[in-house]
Amino acid sequence: MVNVITNYGHLLVEALGQTLVLALCGLFFACIIGLIFGIMSVVKNRFCRAISFVFVYAIRGVPMIVLAFFVFLGVPQFAKDILGIPLKFSGLQAGTICLSLNCGAYMSEIIRGGIQSVDKGQMEAARSLGLPYWRSMQRVVLPQAIKTMIPSIINQFIITLKDTSILSVIGFPELVNSAKNVVANTFALFQTWGIVALIYLFVITLLSLLAKYIEGRLARGRE
Amino acid sequence: MLVAVNKNNVKIHVDALKKNFGKLEVLKSISTDIYEGEVVVIVGPSGSGKSTFLRCLNGLEEITGGKVVVGGYSITDKKVDINKVRENIGMVFQHFNLFNNLNVIKNLMLAPVDLKKASKEEAREQALAMLARVGLEDKASAYPAQLSGGQKQRVAIARALCMKPEIMLFDEPTSALDPEMVGEVLAVMKGLAAEGMTMAIVTHEIGFAREVADRVLFIDGGYIVEEGTPEEVFGNPKEQRTKDFLDKVL
Repeated sequence: MVNVITNYGHLLVEALGQTLVLALCGLFFACIIGLIFGIMSVVKNRFCRAISFVFVYAIRGVPMIVLAFFVFLGVPQFAKDILGIPLKFSGLQAGTICLSLNCGAYMSEIIRGGIQSVDKGQMEAARSLGLPYWRSMQRVVLPQAIKTMIPSIINQFIITLKDTSILSVIGFPELVNSAKNVVANTFALFQTWGIVALIYLFVITLLSLLAKYIEGRLARGRE
Repeated sequence: MLVAVNKNNVKIHVDALKKNFGKLEVLKSISTDIYEGEVVVIVGPSGSGKSTFLRCLNGLEEITGGKVVVGGYSITDKKVDINKVRENIGMVFQHFNLFNNLNVIKNLMLAPVDLKKASKEEAREQALAMLARVGLEDKASAYPAQLSGGQKQRVAIARALCMKPEIMLFDEPTSALDPEMVGEVLAVMKGLAAEGMTMAIVTHEIGFAREVADRVLFIDGGYIVEEGTPEEVFGNPKEQRTKDFLDKVL
């Protein structure tokens, strides 16, 4: 029997690095997308709210594996055949797009909920002093909204980190994909998948601890 | 009142103001002028549109029809910057609406500093002076959650005053307070009235209204049903609806 850790450990650690790179890229853009669509869903303008609603509705209604195939394979074909533009995504690019769209949709819902949880008297008071809408948002509403959003956001980060595994289907060399290669070489199914599970668990434990720490600090901060 | 009302200077001109919420007509046609130094108290049954009327005066509610002119600026005019108009009208809310993420002094400093009305130092000095005025200089670094209702409302008044408004709107400022805290808030308001601040106040405190109001508006069913001095409206109401209302609250 082969020892997966000694022979292939470095490969899996490298793959973990790729997983984290993909997750960070996805989360970074997801935060931006989430903030944009989240705010669009609370403004007065109906058109903005409709766009945001459709975005969230569409993304939430499509499994990420379908989204991954669509972005990685479907879109380049469409670009080449119909538009005549040679378009090819790297695994990281396609993966980042999928993750940030998917996570962004959920983030936008979290951000919408957070903003709406702030009493509307807060906005009114700021406006009555002469502060413009965006300044009021920035100085009064968002700081209070973020406080209630943090636990949900970190939870979403954890989900997104795990969702990177779905992107093994488009060949991105993250943890699951690399584990498949290790299994193909060694047939050590139990060992390999067990190790992979533990790696995920380890990283997610760290994230959860961070979440607890931040929550604790926020709770102590103001009251 | 101690300070004479200046009838030559209309601070707020309201003409045929209409406000609908969907199909519900809350304000049907309200016309009145509020003069410099005048204290106008608005009374009426709940749901009569008193608060809505007040909120139309600084554009917190978008008006459906008619005209509101504040300090010479029509607030529905697209060329008028509503934020500039609001700098000149302070508003105090029933539920205080202090910024929960900021401590007391920062609540007071936010708008003057952000809108470049004052440097940070000036704003701090002014804020401390305002807090002293409402008797809360020792609460500068407290957060809203640590204050009593009466204290919160006094901070809210001080916050509005930091913008040096010429007009103050009060939307049921004592309705959410425990009875023993009503007095401290009314005392601050009396002080303002005595200094000649132009004020529009929605309240259920009839005793207070008798004491400070130059004029009382009784609003019901979307119209001003009756108006006059407190003696006229409270002492000798002409309209049956006013009588019915006063019978219930007095």
